[in-house]
Amino acid sequence: MNNSKQGMTLIVKTVTRVTVWLIVLYGIYLILHGHLTPGGGFGGGVILALAFLNIMLAYGREATQKWLNLKFLEDIEAVSATLFLFMGLLGIALGGRFLINFLPKGSPHALLSAGNIPILNILIGVKVAMSLFLVVWVLAGLHEEKGGQS
Amino acid sequence: MPVETWLTFILGFMILGSIVALEIRDILSSIVAIGVVGLGVSIAFLFLQAPDLAIVQFLFEIFALIILVRAFVKKDYHIETPARVNGFMVAISLLVLIAIFVSSISVFKLLPPFGQPLFETASHYVNYGTEETGAVNLVASIILDYRAYDTLGEVTVLFTAILGTITILRIRKGKDAGRKGA
Repeated sequence: MNNSKQGMTLIVKTVTRVTVWLIVLYGIYLILHGHLTPGGGFGGGVILALAFLNIMLAYGREATQKWLNLKFLEDIEAVSATLFLFMGLLGIALGGRFLINFLPKGSPHALLSAGNIPILNILIGVKVAMSLFLVVWVLAGLHEEKGGQS
Repeated sequence: MPVETWLTFILGFMILGSIVALEIRDILSSIVAIGVVGLGVSIAFLFLQAPDLAIVQFLFEIFALIILVRAFVKKDYHIETPARVNGFMVAISLLVLIAIFVSSISVFKLLPPFGQPLFETASHYVNYGTEETGAVNLVASIILDYRAYDTLGEVTVLFTAILGTITILRIRKGKDAGRKGA
């Protein structure tokens, strides 16, 4: 993958290979600690999408397409959106109201606390990451098609 | 300095950035000016002690900048014919804006003073949020517990947006392929 002509220079590719995991780690941290520190599902999801975007910009579209299953990303996106709805329906079944916080609250400041807020945070994070990346992916594809035609 | 002074300064900076974004000829400089506006909003959120919003705004600004730069920075996009300015229409717009401003001064006087919340619900969230939901971050407790229904709506909006984007662009791709084949 490093030898291909696509994407940016070797320097960018090498740096990206190291730093992109730090970006992913930060995104996961923000999502998991959403109920404790500022951040949460939306912010962490955007960071994850930016990490994917970083790979796409550094290595080029086609090299990314080889090891990234886009159909799978679309499926994850739809499944996490459905699971969010499912959590709401589970609230009706277990708590009596839609989207009620039916899990035990736990002690404040603990990582495993606040009932189903962390679960919803994770679902939103995955959903936002996948959809934003897919939007950029599709738009970038349109741009390249145009460039190829002219 | 009080927060209001900083906010006024940032607001002026943002207005300047939007005017530059509208008026400048080079499209790349225009995109950078739009970025200035968005980052100004992010800093304003920091001054208003809303780090969650500041983080999201900052990230989305970077995201939008990447999309815009990727979409617009090509040789053929850079050429832009200068727009002709109709002095009569500008005068009318200015007059209408001044009229709206003057007539809304009485409304500004009705606004609560800075830092005084208008809704009493907010104080309930602040006082009992951690106790009732178990989340230390009150923003998370509001958007995912008290107002989780809103968040469901947001998720649906995002889902519909990506659905629409992919559908429209796929139709376009199919058309292009058909034209090539014909």
